[in-house]
Amino acid sequence: MATFNTSEFKKGLKIQIDGDPYLMIECNFVKPGKGQALYKCRIRNLVRGTTIDRTWKSGDSVEAADVSEIEGQYLYRAGEKFVFMDTTSYEQYELTPEQVGDAWIYLKDATLCSIVLFNDTPITVSPPNHVNLKVEYCEPGTRGNTATNVTKPVKVETGGEIQCPSFVNIGDIIRVDTRTGEYVERVKE
Amino acid sequence: MPADYLPSADWPRLALRAILLRLVRQFFDERGFLEVETPLLSADTVVDRHIDPLSVVLFDDARRPDVGRRMWLQTSPEFHMKRLLAAGSPAIYQVTRSFRGGEVGPLHNPEFTMVEWYRPGDSMAEGVSLLSDLCETLLARGPAERLTYREAFEKHAGINPHAMDAAQLRLAAVASGVVAPVSLGDDRDGWLDLLMSQIVGPRLGREQPAIVCDFPASQAALAVVRDENPLVAERFELFVDGIELANGYHELTDPAVLRERIAVANEQRQSDGKPPLPPDSRLLQAMDAGLPPCSGCALGFDRVVTLAAGATSIGDVMAFPIDRA
Repeated sequence: MATFNTSEFKKGLKIQIDGDPYLMIECNFVKPGKGQALYKCRIRNLVRGTTIDRTWKSGDSVEAADVSEIEGQYLYRAGEKFVFMDTTSYEQYELTPEQVGDAWIYLKDATLCSIVLFNDTPITVSPPNHVNLKVEYCEPGTRGNTATNVTKPVKVETGGEIQCPSFVNIGDIIRVDTRTGEYVERVKE
Repeated sequence: MPADYLPSADWPRLALRAILLRLVRQFFDERGFLEVETPLLSADTVVDRHIDPLSVVLFDDARRPDVGRRMWLQTSPEFHMKRLLAAGSPAIYQVTRSFRGGEVGPLHNPEFTMVEWYRPGDSMAEGVSLLSDLCETLLARGPAERLTYREAFEKHAGINPHAMDAAQLRLAAVASGVVAPVSLGDDRDGWLDLLMSQIVGPRLGREQPAIVCDFPASQAALAVVRDENPLVAERFELFVDGIELANGYHELTDPAVLRERIAVANEQRQSDGKPPLPPDSRLLQAMDAGLPPCSGCALGFDRVVTLAAGATSIGDVMAFPIDRA
């Protein structure tokens, strides 16, 4: 198993603790003048997205995590699972709802996503920053009301719900920012 | 990413650095200290568990540059300055480069500027006062608050550091929210250092500068252990805005005690997987001949400039830190 010594620590390092992969997002060398050298690091759990602080003693080593990223095309839903295809190797991956998380709201056929693999197993999926989705159902729009501060829930083609301004209607195509889950604008397909 | 041939400090900061350097010299000159210069290369080096000196080969034959006597780049000018004191010098100070291996970070550079001074006859209290005055001169943040290592720990970590073993210190670290390295094991001083660097130190010197004195005897380094209280050493440190700026001692003068401490440090170094360092030195010979009672202190000049400039990293106030050196 590959390991990293503290002397190799830097931002962006992918390490493994208790079986989970982590990304090092901050690494600070701290040392009392006459005392023990320490590495105070902030790491993000690549599965859960949680961030923790962790301190290592100079000379310690940690396991490296085999983490890589592929482009995966969303194909279809098979029962609970979401099926993706690696656009380079054509290998197919089945992701659980836990692995997909909130991203399912943005998954329509053929969406190209970024999938993070840990030991060749998918752990997270990120859709493109913006996706266009068709409105399947919503309460009728208030004609003439172009205000964007009054919102209503709108059901889109994937089955997900997006908060939209009240003028949005069934059949509209809306652009959504997947990082915030927010409506951006109406678009013509 | 700017081109790395350029200095990392801007001109106003380099100018501030020059002003502070002049203030340092003026401060000591006004008090009758003699400025001295001592070698950066020496056959001797400080033997400390956690200070790793760099070395160079003093070759005789330039065609075989790897063959020759190993000389140590000085981790501080302490040994040479004490040899001057043993030879009868008055109060002395020095502004010099010091070198320490393996130390790179926002507040560390393997080559850095140290201001170090000694005054014969000074007690720890006098050493602390002098340091407080220098700090006020350079940073203008008022006189330093004085507190003991124990008081600092009681105030900011809620524990008496002298009364706890490694396991209890580990629990205190966990209670303070530090996810700590298990590899520290039963290294009591390692846990104290962890608490100092992560919990206590960052909270010191926030309102006004703080000078922490009476360090644990196990961290005496080259300070004398107090006769009336063998738990504490007459060692003191200055903190400003949570940053450790200076370390001083009421100096150890007994060579037998120093020989014991060197032997212990070398054992610890070997158990850490590091090579031992030469135990004999001309400092010990000087102490055998007689080092007068004195207090001395070393100040990290780059860090002082960093604070004065309102910067966050010593690289912001050095022309060329190690990655551009």
